[in-house]
Amino acid sequence: MKFCTVILSALVAAVSHAGEIPSAERRSGYEFMSRETRAMQDDEVTGPAVLWLLDGEALWGKLGCAGCHGDAKASMKGVAARYPALVDGKLVSLEQQVRHKAPGLASESRELLALSAYVARQSKGMEIRIDEKTKPLMERGKDFFHRRQGQLNLACAQCHDDNWGKKLAGNTIPQAHPTGYPIYRLEWQTVGSLARRFRNCLTGMRAELYAPGSPEFVELELYLMWRARGMKLESPAVRP
Amino acid sequence: MITRRAFLLLGVVGTAHAQLPPNIGEIRKKALDEAIRKVVGSNPVRQGRVKLDLPPLIDNGNTVPLSVEVQSPMTAADHVKAIHVFTEKNPQPYVLSAYLGPRAGRARIATRARIADTGIVTAIAQMSDGSFWSDSVKVIVTLSACLEEGLI
Amino acid sequence: MARVVVNVPAEAKRGEVIEIRTLAGHPMETGFRRTQLGELIPRDIIRSLVCTYNGVEVFRADFHPAMAANPLLTFTTVAAESGTLEFRWTGDNGFSATQTAAIKVL
Repeated sequence: MKFCTVILSALVAAVSHAGEIPSAERRSGYEFMSRETRAMQDDEVTGPAVLWLLDGEALWGKLGCAGCHGDAKASMKGVAARYPALVDGKLVSLEQQVRHKAPGLASESRELLALSAYVARQSKGMEIRIDEKTKPLMERGKDFFHRRQGQLNLACAQCHDDNWGKKLAGNTIPQAHPTGYPIYRLEWQTVGSLARRFRNCLTGMRAELYAPGSPEFVELELYLMWRARGMKLESPAVRP
Repeated sequence: MITRRAFLLLGVVGTAHAQLPPNIGEIRKKALDEAIRKVVGSNPVRQGRVKLDLPPLIDNGNTVPLSVEVQSPMTAADHVKAIHVFTEKNPQPYVLSAYLGPRAGRARIATRARIADTGIVTAIAQMSDGSFWSDSVKVIVTLSACLEEGLI
Repeated sequence: MARVVVNVPAEAKRGEVIEIRTLAGHPMETGFRRTQLGELIPRDIIRSLVCTYNGVEVFRADFHPAMAANPLLTFTTVAAESGTLEFRWTGDNGFSATQTAAIKVL
């Protein structure tokens, strides 16, 4: 009982100075991984995500994306680095935009992930840059990030702003920058979206799981991308 | 007539993460020894000539890069016939068996394995002269945080 | 056919030892996992990779459930002559995938 009180008061103390990570201290999840896991991400020939890139490239042709967009290497350069974005006044994530002419592609399907990975790859190395016009929606995402949720009454900020770098069950807490999505997560043994990763976090927090593509998730992604502004995109990344 | 308590207990035991028998360590050790014996027979296994490389601290046991290199001239007269990799704490001990020969030029393989738990990974090389050499590495496996199935 | 990747140098000097990197898209279902309802998910893995060089087997490997999903396997061979390297993966439930790579040996 006393132990619980100690933990609770530590958490309360922690949240009292919830502030954004200073720009100079911002680090991608890449820097929290072991050398060997980083090597898997850097392996552009036989890294596990390569299979999805090749599938995505094939789909780009097969689904007719090339008909309007031509060569993805040229037309998609910089795109992933500025999503989520306003399209016809509505905030959409990259995955949602990728299927704009192929609505049959199911959320979290292999095809959609492969195509998203392929599109995102064309912005690898570029700085994340979110349009200022999305600020009101970004603020909603920011509220979500700072709001206490679920059975543990935890806010994302408590781990990822206040306690990054410390250990949680043997693992180092990263800063939660979406610099590499869609990722090959070793835990999933496959490529998955940011929405899937959010759902994993929320499961860990014993909080409500929103659906992929829900406004909560797209706004949260928008906030996280804004929070990671200036950091370089690594898609498709490998993460534990 | 099953009591409510017994019924609930059964429910717990039969859930997704099946309970392991209490002597699981012994069972797995036996399986590992049996697997190695199938490869080497009654021949002695000597430490040396083999270099097994894998990270001592593992981010996620699902995908662990490992490599094995064996010192050998790889000639028709003197070469590595096979490299076998075993792991101690997995549900079954075999990882990979690679069959080489003089056309390999060099006895080096690399792969990614699943290492279920903190323990010892072993590589055994079978030489053309019938001798067996090995190397072992102790690794620590950590679990990633925030999983999909929740209750860990 | 499943997506596979094979990386072989396009050219090599005769007698040079070349590195070959292979990657196969496959979930490598171990047979030890259970569904949320406790049912065992049956094993479904790649069992073997065979590499032939102008028709002659130069490398073979047996895969087991402890190989990671989307298995990588890197090995070496001596660049003996110009020609074709063929790679064949086979596994449970009739799984089969092949890939070839040409090599010019100078």
